Amino acid sequence: MAASRSPRQTATTGKAATPRPTATRRRASPKVSTITAVNARAAKAASGSLDLVHVPAAKPAPARPRLDDDATIRHGDVDEWGRSERMRALARQVYDPLYSKWFRVEWEGLEKIPANGGALLVANHAGAIPSDAPVIMHGIEKELERPVYGLADYFFRKVPVLGTMWSRLGGLPAHPDNAYRLLREQKQLVLVFPEGTKGPSKHASERYQLARFGRGGFVEIAMRAGVPVIPIAVVGAEESMPIIAKLPSVAKAAGLPYMPVTANMMALGPLGLVGYFPAKFKLRVLDPVYFNVEPDQERYSKSRIMDESEKIRDHIQTELYDMLRERRSIWFG
Amino acid sequence: MPAPQLPGGPHQTGRRVLVTGLGTFWGGRIAQALEADPTVDVIIGLDTTEPTVELERTEYVRVDANYSILAKIVRATRVDTIIHTFLVVDPTQMSKRAMHEVNVIGTMNLFAAASAPDSTVRNVIVKSATAVYGCGPEDPTWFTEDTPPSRALRRPVERSLDQVEGYVRDFAEDNPHVVVSLLRFSNVIGSEIVTPLTRALELPLVPSMFGFDPRFQFVHEDDVVRSILFVLDHNLSGVYNVAGDGLLPWTEVASLCGKSTFPLPPYISDALLWPVKRLGIVDLPEEYLNLLRFGRGVDNRKLKDAGFEYDYTSAQSVKAFIEAVRLRKTIGNNTPSYSYERDVEQFFRHSPSVVREAPAYDRRRSDT
Repeated sequence: MAASRSPRQTATTGKAATPRPTATRRRASPKVSTITAVNARAAKAASGSLDLVHVPAAKPAPARPRLDDDATIRHGDVDEWGRSERMRALARQVYDPLYSKWFRVEWEGLEKIPANGGALLVANHAGAIPSDAPVIMHGIEKELERPVYGLADYFFRKVPVLGTMWSRLGGLPAHPDNAYRLLREQKQLVLVFPEGTKGPSKHASERYQLARFGRGGFVEIAMRAGVPVIPIAVVGAEESMPIIAKLPSVAKAAGLPYMPVTANMMALGPLGLVGYFPAKFKLRVLDPVYFNVEPDQERYSKSRIMDESEKIRDHIQTELYDMLRERRSIWFG
Repeated sequence: MPAPQLPGGPHQTGRRVLVTGLGTFWGGRIAQALEADPTVDVIIGLDTTEPTVELERTEYVRVDANYSILAKIVRATRVDTIIHTFLVVDPTQMSKRAMHEVNVIGTMNLFAAASAPDSTVRNVIVKSATAVYGCGPEDPTWFTEDTPPSRALRRPVERSLDQVEGYVRDFAEDNPHVVVSLLRFSNVIGSEIVTPLTRALELPLVPSMFGFDPRFQFVHEDDVVRSILFVLDHNLSGVYNVAGDGLLPWTEVASLCGKSTFPLPPYISDALLWPVKRLGIVDLPEEYLNLLRFGRGVDNRKLKDAGFEYDYTSAQSVKAFIEAVRLRKTIGNNTPSYSYERDVEQFFRHSPSVVREAPAYDRRRSDT
C-alpha cells in the first residue's frame, strides 16, 4: 500500500532525479546532509540578482478530474452490505414455488409492517437449517416490495460459497454498527432472531419454547436507531426440519455451531440435509413496539432494555401458544 | 485537542515542514505538493534513500532507518510541522524485523525528537493505514475511527501500525499544544502506485478466494496526498479514515480491470503460496489473503464532515488505475527524461558563476 518504493516508480522517475552538484559531498558524510537546494523563494525575496534565479511559479491547484459517476462505471449492483437486487430477484423466482406451494405461507397482520421507514423485525427461530428467515424475507419483499436485511451469526461469512450467497441475498453479520446504520441512516427493514443459534439448535421436544433473547441487544439497537421493534410469531419452521439428536463432538471437530441429526435425514437420507418437510407456515405480525426514548444516546437503562426484551419474548410466546391452539394439523394448518 | 497557533502563527512566517520517507512514493508526492504551496517556507525530507521524484526546493537529508539522528535535525532546522509518511504498510517490501525498525523504532525516535523541551513542532501528521482495524469475519461492514478491531491483531504489519498509533496517542496526550492528526488510509490505488493488490490486478488472471467475494474499498493516490494537505491546511487534529466512497466486490474489481478471477483454495495460507511467490507471480501475504476472504470497509464521513471532498470514489479509483495501466501498455514507462530547462535551473541555483546575494536561506532562518 503506502510507503511504496516501487520498481515502477523508480523506472519512470529515476532519470528525473537529477544528480545535484553537491552529491559527492553528501555521500562523504551520509548522516548529516548539506543543503542541496537553495530556497528559491527566500532567494527571490532577498536577492538583487533576482532575474537570474528562475523561481518556479507556484503551480495552480489542478482542476478536479472529470469522472464518470459510479453508476456508469460499475458492472454489478452489489450494495455496501453485499446484497444484490438482481441476485435477490433471481432467488425470489427460484424460491417462490417453495414459498407458496410447499410451505403455503399465510401471513396475518402484514399491514403492521411499515411501507417505508426503518423497523427491526424480530421473530422466533427454528429448524435445523432455519427455514423461517427466507420465508420472512421473501414474504415481505413479495408483498411490500421492499428489501429486508437479515442479521445473522458471522459464522456464515466464514463458509465459502454459502457465505457469499447469504451475503448477496441480504444477509449480514449481526454487528450493532451494521444494524444501526441500516435502521437509522438508511431506514431499512432489518430482520433479527434474538434467540441466535439457541433457537434452531434446540431439540424437537422443545419446539415453540422460546430460548433466551440474547442480552437484549436488539432492544438497545432499536432504541438507539429510534425505530420500532415489530415482533413476528412463526409457526411451521419447527416441523420443517426438526432435530432429533445432536452430535456435539462432530460439531466441535467441524467447527460448526451445532451438528444436528434431523428427522429429514432419517426419512429422506442424504436429501434430508437440504429437504424440508412441507409443514404449513403461518406468520403473525404483532403490534409494533415503540420505546419513546431519545435516539442516539450513548447508553440506555439496562433494566429497561431487559424488561422490554422480556416483554417482547413473552408476547411472541403467548401468540405462538395461541396459534398452536388453533392449529389442527402440522401439514395443513 | 486544542489547536493553538504560535504567536505570530506559523502561517505568517511560513511553515517549516519535515517530511519523513522522502524517497518513498508518498514522501516524494507530499514534498512536491508542498513545494507548490507558497505558505510553506522550508521543506526538509528525510530518508535512507534518495528521492526518486523531481523536487525543486526540498532539502534532502540522508538518515538511517530508525532516525536516531532526528532530535538533532529537528532542533537545528526548527521545523514546526512533521509529516510522517515513512510507515511501511506493505509487508512484501521488507522483512518483519526491518519493518519494526522503520515503523515502531522510527516513530518512537521521531516523537522523542518532537517532544524535546525546546521543540518547535506544532503540527504532526501521521500516515497510518486501515490495516490497524484487522480483518475478520466478525468485522462490521464499516469501521468508524472509534471501532476497535474485532479480534486481537496478529499480523506483523497490523501490530506494528498499532504500536505506532500508540506512540501517536501518547505524544498527543503529552503535548496538548501540538496538533496531532492520524490518517488511516484504505487500499490505495491509482495511476502510479504499486501495491500487492495492484500487482494482483495486473496479472492475466486475478487471484481470488474460492467461494468468497468480499467487498473492497479503495482510495485514489491523489486523494491521499490531497487529504494530507487538507489536514495540514485546516489544522485538524484526531484520527481520520481516508477512503473512497463505496465498496466493490472483488470479482467486480477484476471485471472493471477486464480480468477474470483465478480462485485459490479458500483455506490456503501464505506459506502454501510460497512457490508462487518464489516464481515471482504474485506475493500475497496473509493479511491480503484475509482481505480476499472478508474485505474491509471504513467510514470516511468524519473527514468529509470536516470539509474534505474526495475526487474519486472506490470505483472511480479502480477505473483510473486500469486506464493508467492501459496507457502504460501502449506508450511504456517513457516520460520525457531530459529537459534542458531543468539543467539551466540547476546552473542558476548552484553554479558559483551565478551572482547571488548573501545566503538568503540563512538570513531567513535567523528571522524566525
